[in-house]
Amino acid sequence: MSQEHIEHAIRKEYAAGFTTDIESDTLPPGLNEDTIRFISGRKNEPEWLLEWRLEAYRDWLKMAEPAWAHVNYPPVKFNEISYFSSPKAMKDRPQSLDEVDPQLIETYNKLGIPLHEQAALAGVAVDAVFDSVSVTTTFREKLWEAGVIFCSISEAVHDYPELIKKYLGSVVPRKDNFYAALNSAVFSDGSFVYIPKGVRCPMELSTYFRINEANTGQFERTLIVADEGSHVSYLEGCTAPMRDENQLHAAVVELVALDGAEIKYSTVQNWYPGDADGKGGIYNFVTKRGVAHRDSKISWTQVETGSAITWKYPSCILRGDNSVGEFYSVALTNNAQQADTGTKMIHLGKNTRSTIISKGISAGKSSNAYRGLVRMSPRAEGARNYTQCDSLLIGDRCAAHTFPYIESRNPSAVVEHEATTSKVSDDQLYLCQQRGLDAEKAVSMIVNGFCKEVFRELPMEFAMEAGKLLEVSLEGSVG
Amino acid sequence: MLKIDNLHASVENKAILKGLDLAVGAGEVHAIMGPNGSGKSTLGHVLAGRPGYTVTAGSAQLLGQDLLTLDTEERAHLGLFLAYQYPVEIPGVSNMEFLKASVDAVREHRNEPALDSVSFMKQAREACKAVNLDQAFLKRGVNEGFSGGEKKRNELMQMMLLAPKLCIMDETDSGLDIDALQVVADGINAMRSPDRSFILVTHYQRLLNFIKPDRVHVLSGGRIVKSGDHSLALELEERGYAWLEDVA
Repeated sequence: MSQEHIEHAIRKEYAAGFTTDIESDTLPPGLNEDTIRFISGRKNEPEWLLEWRLEAYRDWLKMAEPAWAHVNYPPVKFNEISYFSSPKAMKDRPQSLDEVDPQLIETYNKLGIPLHEQAALAGVAVDAVFDSVSVTTTFREKLWEAGVIFCSISEAVHDYPELIKKYLGSVVPRKDNFYAALNSAVFSDGSFVYIPKGVRCPMELSTYFRINEANTGQFERTLIVADEGSHVSYLEGCTAPMRDENQLHAAVVELVALDGAEIKYSTVQNWYPGDADGKGGIYNFVTKRGVAHRDSKISWTQVETGSAITWKYPSCILRGDNSVGEFYSVALTNNAQQADTGTKMIHLGKNTRSTIISKGISAGKSSNAYRGLVRMSPRAEGARNYTQCDSLLIGDRCAAHTFPYIESRNPSAVVEHEATTSKVSDDQLYLCQQRGLDAEKAVSMIVNGFCKEVFRELPMEFAMEAGKLLEVSLEGSVG
Repeated sequence: MLKIDNLHASVENKAILKGLDLAVGAGEVHAIMGPNGSGKSTLGHVLAGRPGYTVTAGSAQLLGQDLLTLDTEERAHLGLFLAYQYPVEIPGVSNMEFLKASVDAVREHRNEPALDSVSFMKQAREACKAVNLDQAFLKRGVNEGFSGGEKKRNELMQMMLLAPKLCIMDETDSGLDIDALQVVADGINAMRSPDRSFILVTHYQRLLNFIKPDRVHVLSGGRIVKSGDHSLALELEERGYAWLEDVA
């Protein structure tokens, strides 16, 4: 099989790349305190939240963009981005789906996310975020019966101020890092989830993020609180139109798993990756972190196929004794994409356990780095970590890197790290083709096999989706 | 079935096949023997369309179609099957998944309806049984951690499910103990039919005691230097290849 053949197989159209022609209220580009006052005012936020934002902004001004990641891109011009965009029709929040602009509903239909409950995936509630605002949240009533709160974070600020005050910024402090500070200053919308004590959330919850407007950034903020002994599975999906300019997406996700709770957070990230030459695409600079209290469990599963640049380390702070953190990741880069992604497992409590399974796939001339930190604190008696980090190369112009950091300050802690790098070999492709499979099918099958351990962790409905997505993202990668 | 005329082929600019002629009729079994480095395996790969194997002259037709202009998978669709001497592993892809995808692809190109999972499973289990492999192998990664003998039997199982027209067995007998050899031979014999042909590439006459060939050819220096019936294989066993060098 020739390189050119592989190239062909990886190059497939980005299916979510269409634009919705809808009238929007978009803030002119630029960032200053007035921008923040506008956003906060538009959302009728209480005074304390405006102050919270402004403090974050002032901190942000003093911070520098992180430069340690293994990615290269021209400096982001933060004053040329618009920090708020909302479809006009959303100005007065529609009270029911009937009042939602049909064009918005159509957009989500096209993306395979029906918002009408009767048409929706059985057992999945969706919060749909379009540019800076949440369009609608399905199945709210059904969830309400179980005591589960699932709404946009803007609504939560009004309806559940005590919970927001208590938990917002409790996991990712405003000053945590450059992008987290920026997000804290300008975050627009996102999802809020609260699962009461002992409740097992009756449905999968999911948020679907869509960037539509040009030159806007999306700064969503998600907060999930699982009270004692509760259980929730949450999924986020993301897409954006194909545009020549780079667009910024700087999100913050905070998870709180109280004693004995379990949060499973899955991501299928398919932001527009830019074209084959690296023009356009989303800069995905995201801070995701969860705090796990006693006997609780936080599990991150991510399938990352999109974005021009990914900078993302979903992490677990294993604060409580016996808490468990998991990170299952498939990160695929093709063409000129760059990814620096991984996780942090901070073991504070006794007998805490963490598992990291990372599968990096590089094709085209892309660069794919795993960066992971495992820290065993002095108090983390009997803590254990197992890390497995596998890289798969397709073609001969891509790169894979692994940067593991291990800090152990407790002699009883056990840290295991395994890493492999392999190539989709010509012999494997030859075998598949001799058995009648074309090169694209063969590569996608081999890559799917490579990712199996991670796909197993995805909710059933999305495991298939992820496999298909991988297939599309790989188009043109076979030579 | 297969007609090869004056085939020249090279690998990495080194000429390996130098004017090979061979005709295999429908339903026939041909054995190809010859010293190391004579081009036996190359012949199989050239016919199958392995990348890097370049045909520099000559022609090869399968069922009247020009093989050499077809892609590797198209040759498979046409009914060519190569049982590898060293089958590769594909970790994480289950044998079952791999077989189903292969069978689907081949059936699709033959305009046959796709097999439903139940019928496919049934066939796969039967094939497993026929080659004396435990059904657990269907769930394991393709050749992943298989022993040499298991890999060879796995090849045979794939061949049974794909029901090809021309089966090229590249030293399928090497590395097999006598019992496994019997299993493989039984499998091949059971598949013999008036519209299916076999090319057995082998070093050893032993295999031909189990599978009676219609023709035996000696490949040396990239050409067929002698052809005969089964008795030629017996003669080779006795006398080696050296006497043929003079003939060539």
